[in-house]
Amino acid sequence: MAKTNKFSLKNVDLWYNNFQALKNINMNIPSNEITAFIGPSGCGKSTLIKSMNRMNDLVEGCKITGSIMLDDESIHGHIDVNALRKRVGMVFQKPNPFPMSIFDNIAYGPRTHGIKSKFKLNDIVEKSLRDAAIWDELKDRLKKSALSLSGGQQQRLCIARALSVQPDVLLMDEPTSALDPISTAKIEELVINLKKDYTIVIVTHNMQQAVRISDNTGFFLLGEMIEYGDTQQIFSAPSDKRTEDYITGRFG
Amino acid sequence: MMRKKPVDFILFALTWLSIIATATVLILVVGYVLINGVPHIRPSLFALQFTTQNQSLFPALMGTLMVVGLSLILAVPLGVFSAIYLVEYAKRGSRFVKIVRLTTETLAGIPSIVYGLFGFIFFGVFLGWGLSLMSGAFTVSIMILPLIMRTTEESLKSVPDTYREGSFGIGAGRLRTVMRIVIPAAIPGILAGIILAIGRIIGETAAIIFTLGNVARMPNNLFDTGRTLSAHMYALANEGTHPGEAHATAAVLLIVVILINALSSRIARLIKAS
Repeated sequence: MAKTNKFSLKNVDLWYNNFQALKNINMNIPSNEITAFIGPSGCGKSTLIKSMNRMNDLVEGCKITGSIMLDDESIHGHIDVNALRKRVGMVFQKPNPFPMSIFDNIAYGPRTHGIKSKFKLNDIVEKSLRDAAIWDELKDRLKKSALSLSGGQQQRLCIARALSVQPDVLLMDEPTSALDPISTAKIEELVINLKKDYTIVIVTHNMQQAVRISDNTGFFLLGEMIEYGDTQQIFSAPSDKRTEDYITGRFG
Repeated sequence: MMRKKPVDFILFALTWLSIIATATVLILVVGYVLINGVPHIRPSLFALQFTTQNQSLFPALMGTLMVVGLSLILAVPLGVFSAIYLVEYAKRGSRFVKIVRLTTETLAGIPSIVYGLFGFIFFGVFLGWGLSLMSGAFTVSIMILPLIMRTTEESLKSVPDTYREGSFGIGAGRLRTVMRIVIPAAIPGILAGIILAIGRIIGETAAIIFTLGNVARMPNNLFDTGRTLSAHMYALANEGTHPGEAHATAAVLLIVVILINALSSRIARLIKAS
């Protein structure tokens, strides 16, 4: 099967006021694969992922040029930003469930997009929690507050919440950086299972994580994409000296 | 065991001393009011009509509830929605926001008698509402507006941005995010502000006497005059002929405030549960 591209970025520059955070990014992100962004703090990897569902619109003084295409359609064109974010879901660095019940957390998305039937909502909640591999743990306590869950459970709940509106893409911004190793392993396993149905872009500080789960890796430094390609290739035979220095731990 | 440092011990003693002093003052005041007031509470104090014989506080009690209700209806929506605008919609750090903040902070620092004077001249004389429930409630609502705005702003700001991100990230618009996520999380703080505002209205005398008047009867309509419990107490204490009734009024006032606080926190809990 030929690779199709979910995202296609051309000449993307991004400024926070006078500071240029992204410099001429060009890359294609293939469908149904896991693409990892790695690099030291402040390299622009989180900024880039937040550009892909336009979360940067919320940041004052943020300006972006170039083109970001989702399925050959510009995300800055006619598309409604809320419809874009429905198609391109996001999981954040710190688990951020809403202060409401587990059920309502998952139902919030579909309700936002107009689904009112209790029957349908029940279905969606169950399916989303199953897809996030947390249904068995939570099925008897759907009415409990989501804040009573452990950090790892909260993060999987947030993944379920993102899945509840049937997105095409899942953007994950360092989703395991606040979690313990066991919860991290569960999330990694889950992410690998999810790529059948979703295109996944994950920002990570943890290079081993990129090796374990991703198909493609992009290495970023000071707002530039230094190298991008097959994960095995990048980690075994990087073509740029700076990539090699970073993955061998000389800086970062 | 580590030996306690003297500084630790001094700080520990200071915190205890503070709490003991605070509790003592509170108990003394409440005790004084109740011991002097409760024995003078008689059924005739709650007669529908005030007469020189019964010195009924009932009209003033009703007046208090009317002023509280009406000014909350005026000030709460205005204050809460202004705060929502400032925190959620206005550009952070814009000139306009700074001016509004400066204005509200200034308003919050003005003595109530100045509000009274303004209310008397503007609502009473200029608009021709005279000494009335309307003049009183409008004046008091201007007075509590900054308080409600400030507390609402603070409680909206204390809602973590990660909640907003989560909501936007799933494709919810700003209005839905504010209404379904931010406000429910901020409700306890907003209610705390409203309770403070109620306390300020109930305790107000100067501005009330200037605008509502101090006539011992229940207002019959919005443009009728009346008095509140605090103003009633002020009158009784001032005349000096009915010290017992004045103390009884103080006790009733205290009980009313406690009841309103209990009721509000109950409402807060109900809202949180639903």
